[in-house]
Amino acid sequence: MDQNELQAIAEKERKSRKPIRVSCCTAAGCLSSNSQAVLDNLRAEVKVAAIDGRVDVCSVGCMKLCSRGPLVRVADGGGRRDQLKDAVLYESVQPDDVAPVIRAIVDGGRADIPVADRSHPFFSRQKPIVLENCGWVEPERIESYIEAGGYRALHYVLREMTPEQVLKEVTQSGLRGRGGAGFPAGVKWALVAKTPSDKKYVVCNADEGDPGAFMDRSVLESDPHRVLEGMAIAAYAVGAAQGYIYIRGEYPLAINRLQTAIRSAKRMGLIGGHIMDSPFDFNVDLRIGAGAFVCGEETALMASIEGKRGAPTPRPPYPAEHGLWGHSTLINNVETLANVAPILRNGADWFASVGTEKSKGTKVFALAGKIRNTGLIEVPMGITLREIVEDMGDGIPDGRVKAVQTGGPSGGCIPTEHLDTPVDYESLAALGSIMGSGGMIVMDEKTNMVDVARFFMEFCMDESCGKCIPCRAGTVQMHGLLQKICDGNATPDDLALLEDLCDMVRHTSLCGLGQTAPNPVMSTLRFFRHEYENLLRKEAILT
Amino acid sequence: MTVTTLTINGELVSASPGASVLEAARENGVEIPTLCELEGISSAGACRLCLVEISGTPRLQPACVTAATEGMEVQTDSERLNRYRRMILELLFAERNHICPVCVANGHCELQSRAIENGMDHVRFSYQHPDLSVDITHERFGIDQDRCILCTRCVRVCDELEGAHTWDVAGRGTKSRVITDLNQPWGESDTCTSCAKCVEACPTGAIFRKGSSVGEMEHRRDRIRFIADARKKKEWSP
Amino acid sequence: MKTEANAPSKANSRQKNGNHPSGDNRFTMLETSMKKLRYQPDALIEVLHSAQGLFGYLTSDLLLFVAHALKLPPSRVYGVATFYHFFTLEPRGLHSCSVCMGTACYVKGAGSVLAAVEGATGIKDGMTTPDGNLTISTARCLGACGIAPAVVYDGEVAGRQSPEDALEKLNEWEVKNGPE
Repeated sequence: MDQNELQAIAEKERKSRKPIRVSCCTAAGCLSSNSQAVLDNLRAEVKVAAIDGRVDVCSVGCMKLCSRGPLVRVADGGGRRDQLKDAVLYESVQPDDVAPVIRAIVDGGRADIPVADRSHPFFSRQKPIVLENCGWVEPERIESYIEAGGYRALHYVLREMTPEQVLKEVTQSGLRGRGGAGFPAGVKWALVAKTPSDKKYVVCNADEGDPGAFMDRSVLESDPHRVLEGMAIAAYAVGAAQGYIYIRGEYPLAINRLQTAIRSAKRMGLIGGHIMDSPFDFNVDLRIGAGAFVCGEETALMASIEGKRGAPTPRPPYPAEHGLWGHSTLINNVETLANVAPILRNGADWFASVGTEKSKGTKVFALAGKIRNTGLIEVPMGITLREIVEDMGDGIPDGRVKAVQTGGPSGGCIPTEHLDTPVDYESLAALGSIMGSGGMIVMDEKTNMVDVARFFMEFCMDESCGKCIPCRAGTVQMHGLLQKICDGNATPDDLALLEDLCDMVRHTSLCGLGQTAPNPVMSTLRFFRHEYENLLRKEAILT
Repeated sequence: MTVTTLTINGELVSASPGASVLEAARENGVEIPTLCELEGISSAGACRLCLVEISGTPRLQPACVTAATEGMEVQTDSERLNRYRRMILELLFAERNHICPVCVANGHCELQSRAIENGMDHVRFSYQHPDLSVDITHERFGIDQDRCILCTRCVRVCDELEGAHTWDVAGRGTKSRVITDLNQPWGESDTCTSCAKCVEACPTGAIFRKGSSVGEMEHRRDRIRFIADARKKKEWSP
Repeated sequence: MKTEANAPSKANSRQKNGNHPSGDNRFTMLETSMKKLRYQPDALIEVLHSAQGLFGYLTSDLLLFVAHALKLPPSRVYGVATFYHFFTLEPRGLHSCSVCMGTACYVKGAGSVLAAVEGATGIKDGMTTPDGNLTISTARCLGACGIAPAVVYDGEVAGRQSPEDALEKLNEWEVKNGPE
């Protein structure tokens, strides 16, 4: 496989496209609203109407506005992507709505079905880098990814760049880990690259466990090759020959699409031995999780890949020095790796021009909760929470925003008076929350914040691996105290004990799960303390 | 390799090459409380009692798995560390059913000793009173889950020194339990060699010799170290 | 839990061609998938996935079979099988109803859906009805937050579920009302 062959595949793909392209979302959100039946009907009806000579029906990934699924897009323009802006995006398409959609194509009009307003901020404020192909390429066809410019970055890297140059480019881009903590990706890569080790591994962390987060799932279901390409580039840069994708067992569709992607990439010589006729070998295998949130933590994830209980081990040593089977290992999450190919394709400066001083590029969020528009958004770093919630999300149907929760069980609740905070690692941390992997849950005034804290603590208690005492026994006691407060049976002493316990668990737990478990409590105590105090036993307050 | 020079609690001390902070402290007569650590087997860093403050490191570090390095400044004893240690001990006492006056290890229990040293005289947390079992199906030994603190010394000693790997941890979080083989009665275990290393290693009265009455169960921890030294260093002096 | 008294002999009688003395050919299929993974001890989780896929749940006999094939201590296999929530050592019901309790679903009322299902059946999360018809479970975020609250009925995700929707599904499966 060389540049010419890649181009030939892309050219053939383009030529085979018909004038009209009907795309139906078959990512998990729309699938659970019956989009498979919609897709089947579309395929059948196109044949019945005898327009299959000029209409393609494609199964594509996420088209972002999940709350209005199943989404069907009709694009007129010879299958050219730049014509997409004139496309019609039908909302909530039911199997019965397919006939009118097809009739409209035949008659050259528009069906009488709700259509998404593409000029709405929900769409217009998005800045797609990670999601650039999402909803456009057909995730189960590698040709479709190649046509969209896929594997060109890998080809360029293997032919024109040394590993050192790749490291330099990624470092200069300012890309930071999208898994939560925001560690500079270039620094992490360089650490692995310079560690002497006879074997090295690249691991893609796709164990997206935060309740309320579905960004990584959407990327893997919609554009799986992008992650493979990112992993291959990372492997070349650090000197690894084997990669693993550790994915949640809860994501069967993403697993399926990744398996298809790996198979077809191997068939084309884009993964495997002597990639693109270069001396570089790189293999990728899937490892399927079995339901343990703690496996998102690096050392627990590695234990799980090795077939063990997912119990974390103390760091240092870090995976860069002592990773899988003792070898130097690079672990990045899905979104981080999905940024790699565009950075190499367009250059570090291009990437660094998006975002803020310290947080470069974009962030994908799964916008959910009590908000009108829920779905997948990719926004430049530095956008304010208000723009996301009020403009893109279109606010709360009946009521007002009380808080925005980011970072899941490791994050915090940001109250409405701080909605003008820019979304970047440091600003969110200053408010006692974290960027996290990208779950963003909007809560309205009916939501009780103590109950929210109790909900997250229950999650951490259930997910604690049980190895270290502060997390194993501390989460149980914190949950008990929160339950007591929720039930109206607590005294001010209980609240004080809860705060002491939060401080201890945060500073003494072995891994990130325990260290951050108190965050939802501390952040709600910081901004919504009155809700806790209102729940304390009245007679206790009087004494 | 030469010795490492570091500062522990303001005193300049030297430690043998490759020593952990915990070993460096012990070599110099400084006590750091521990529960899951046991000389002769690997360290888990799980009980968090041995956390110490190290200058220039934002997080507290477990002394048992942190290497002593040249010029390191370590604080092992501070108001904050002792407060945290006390809370960890309280959590342990509240987690299962520890009733010292009726325990075979009363007076020889590391959990009890740590609590006394720390001045932990009462527990502020609510007792969980889990419904746990006692297994006395083994001919010579028994295990009382009520007294287990999940330090995993039995798991490590059985795997690393005896090589039988009869013990492991099942379940997770607060539902974790040490088990033998497929969670079957110890007496029916197919892998157990009845070597008693787990009995000697256990810090509390959880694993005991049958027939011991209150306060009679003493653990010979030195035997674990003896076997480890004999194995690794070919040294047989106790 | 007591394993069969013949457990050790069972291990010895595991023949090269993978035939299990029980004559159950699912063991042969499991043997094939272990062979594909070259009997690597690291592949324990994959093997347990296949075993549960074939048998529905993991019995002591099955765990011991896996332990011997991968040359792992039985306690380690048991420890792994009970660490991960996907694996079950108890038989599951004919039907399954898994309520997503992720944050988005929770703030949109998943708790009331779960309460309705538990109330109607008289069993709690993680349990199976005495007649073996239904198992209730909760999921930690399916990633279907856009259509919250989500419930998985027999592996099919359904969005925007109300307590009434869930009860209707139970009726369809002829789930008997429990105590109360």
